[in-house]
Amino acid sequence: MQTIYTDVLVVGAGLAGERAAIEAAQAGFSAICLSLVPSRRSHSSAAMGGMQAAMGNCAKGEGDCPDVHFSDTVKGSDWGCDQEVARMFADRAPIEMRQLAYWGVPWGRVVPGKGTYYKGGKLYDKEEKEENRGLINSRDFGGTAKWRTCYVSDGTGHSVLYAIDNVCAKLGVEVHDKTESISLIHDGVTCFGAVARCLRTGELRVYLAKATVIATGGFGRIYPGTTNAVICDGGGHITAINTGLVPMGNMEAVQFHPTGIVPTEILVTEGCRGDGGTLLDVNEERFMHIYEPEKQELASRDVVARWMTHHIREGKGVKSPYGDHLWLDIRHLGEKHITGKLREVYEICTSFLGVDPIRQLIPVRPTHHYSMGGVRTNKDGKAYGLGGLFSVGEAACWDMHGFNRLGGNSLAETVVAGGIVGKKIAEFLQGAEVTFNSAVIDAEVKKQQERIQNIISCKAGTENVFKVRAAMQDALFKGANIFRTEAGLTECVKTLQEVLERARKVGLKSNGMGVNPELSAALKIEGQVKMGLMLAYGALMRTESRGSHNREDFPARNDRDWLSRTLAYWKNESDTLPTLEYEPATPVFHIPPGDRGYGKSEIIKAESKG
Amino acid sequence: MGRLLKFNIFRYNPQDPESTPHMESFVLEETDSMTLFIVLNRIREEQDPSLQFDFCCRAGICGSCGMVINGRPGLACHTKTKDLPEEITLLPLPVFQLVGDLSVDTGSWFRELYDTVESWIHTKKQFDPNAPEERMEDAVAESIYELDRCIECGCCVAACGTARMRPDFLGAAGINKVGRFLIDPRDERTEQDYYEIIGNDMGIFGCMGLLACEDVCPKHMPLQDQLGFLRRKMGITALKNFFRK
Repeated sequence: MQTIYTDVLVVGAGLAGERAAIEAAQAGFSAICLSLVPSRRSHSSAAMGGMQAAMGNCAKGEGDCPDVHFSDTVKGSDWGCDQEVARMFADRAPIEMRQLAYWGVPWGRVVPGKGTYYKGGKLYDKEEKEENRGLINSRDFGGTAKWRTCYVSDGTGHSVLYAIDNVCAKLGVEVHDKTESISLIHDGVTCFGAVARCLRTGELRVYLAKATVIATGGFGRIYPGTTNAVICDGGGHITAINTGLVPMGNMEAVQFHPTGIVPTEILVTEGCRGDGGTLLDVNEERFMHIYEPEKQELASRDVVARWMTHHIREGKGVKSPYGDHLWLDIRHLGEKHITGKLREVYEICTSFLGVDPIRQLIPVRPTHHYSMGGVRTNKDGKAYGLGGLFSVGEAACWDMHGFNRLGGNSLAETVVAGGIVGKKIAEFLQGAEVTFNSAVIDAEVKKQQERIQNIISCKAGTENVFKVRAAMQDALFKGANIFRTEAGLTECVKTLQEVLERARKVGLKSNGMGVNPELSAALKIEGQVKMGLMLAYGALMRTESRGSHNREDFPARNDRDWLSRTLAYWKNESDTLPTLEYEPATPVFHIPPGDRGYGKSEIIKAESKG
Repeated sequence: MGRLLKFNIFRYNPQDPESTPHMESFVLEETDSMTLFIVLNRIREEQDPSLQFDFCCRAGICGSCGMVINGRPGLACHTKTKDLPEEITLLPLPVFQLVGDLSVDTGSWFRELYDTVESWIHTKKQFDPNAPEERMEDAVAESIYELDRCIECGCCVAACGTARMRPDFLGAAGINKVGRFLIDPRDERTEQDYYEIIGNDMGIFGCMGLLACEDVCPKHMPLQDQLGFLRRKMGITALKNFFRK
């Protein structure tokens, strides 16, 4: 068995993981990132719109500062976030943007002079100041008081990931791509690294490390339709869940993005609406201004997605063979803007839909997009329940997003949290010594070898992994979607428990040799169903509506009983339900719970009597 | 009923001692808006779960799914079956090490490239977290992004005559990368520094000018212009070096 030692093992080589690895490497520690794909293909590369940071350089961003960014973030989270973390994030974001510029990101820059912009389909004037010429520019995004989203055309994630990966190459941060972590090595107290499967040969390898970081992104692929890449399958979360010690935070907090295209569920950026695009219904009429007079198309994503779904339910959707949808209209922005600042959108529409967005409407509907929940960590990124284990980025529940994250805040989180947590990891490594117990390592390797052998030899059964996966996805789509009810969630949990039984009986049809994709899927399926159960059961128990979690039977946000974060554990391997615990949403309140200013809903106040 | 499509797919699992390289055919009924992403996943899920291929974003952004589609390198995810005949042949990209079936190792190839061209900003300046950012004209930023858009899918390398003959050739992707840093005012390298990287047969003078790279690039990168621009620039540097001696 090949055994590789490193000071820091980062599972995942997207923006958050690599940014954390850079901090460790700059402090003189060795760092290896494992990745399913070459690092630059990580899903960070698909993030288009931009990163929120209060630069305040452009005319419509004038007067912006971290305080306003913090306030927008807390409101966006529907007071579900950790305010200490959101504050750290907002304060650090502008510095991180400047560092990215130093590392080579070609940020869009302020061009002085008079110009125009669209909002709600209408044209307005603005004037950029000469003194701000050449500073980092920003565009408008949903749920924000100012134009705050720094961008590189609509390829921001791509450009930033390439810049960060270049820094990794320069600093000697190793990336072992086509390598999949399949379990964590631990003794119940400390994490020692991971057992990984090589996706070039199928062989197992042991990685030993003083600090292990889960930075594997989201887990959208447990839903049937999602904007997430196929690698966003929860692989990292599963290794943490399987320890029985590490809880997942707020798994029921799932974001649906207003503009997934129909069909194929590929995302078109919020920048379309930020730059003045509008949403139209079957009559090609706007409707968001009726529901949200103030923010209109640019209310937070949970609110826009909810109203879109409501509008479709009212019979105002456009019929199609792929179900009802609405339209996104960016035609008025013009050819120059669309093929310049929204170039990726233009390419996606023309190559996947055969739609020319300069002249035609884009079919869209709310689509699964982001996981606010994940591996629960403290503000330093340290995972609950196991020493030496960290998590960062979308994989983590750090938790600056609470029950709804703002557009542009997650891409910014990757580098900001990566920097903050990376620094904490470097501090942790100073003087940290670990004694590796070979018996623990050998036992974990043997356990994984047996697990693989049992799946290949169909020891537990011959359930087809793809059918089991489809059953899980279908249950979540039906029961844990934008609108949720007790009946729907109860049915969803019951179905997922049946699916869990089947997942435990999966056996291969093929021979399992080498980099067998059926084996890769089979190794994950039980863990994925457990994640689905954490999500659905957490949603069933949470009898309120907050952010993206909408209970039709409990429409009020209930600050009296639910100003809390769900912690979901899978304590024993044989359990059929997760164990739920709760903790306060935030240790401090800089902004007490109140009205968001959009998405009007009933609020049960914290001080009201039960 | 849709057309019946026949897919001839290259099969070989190097990890299986009994496997030999061969072609295998699969038949699928065409559906509306069908792409090769849908096709290959359906074949895996319904007919042969051992079939290896690489997809990631499935939106033409990440560059994972380069393969040779009816003789032409391209991204499988945005290739629609309605644009193809009834018989479709899929082969892995040449030049890159085969992992199995349609999956190749582009990661190692490009990682080596980053080291060769030192694909990072070279500057003696230190980052000052308290200082405002250095200014840059928006037009300059846009021109850098134009070259930064390469998704490293490897199609240009697979289609390149020189790359097929010279394993150390940087390919259009590599040369474009040098061009990206050359126009970036933040990078303090001189033309002489760049000349040492690409002023040879491994770089700009290895290009035979066949320009299939430009034809197959799924992101429509200006590769032909880049090759011309850098060849002129490096040619002038070579002349300067000659007269200096």
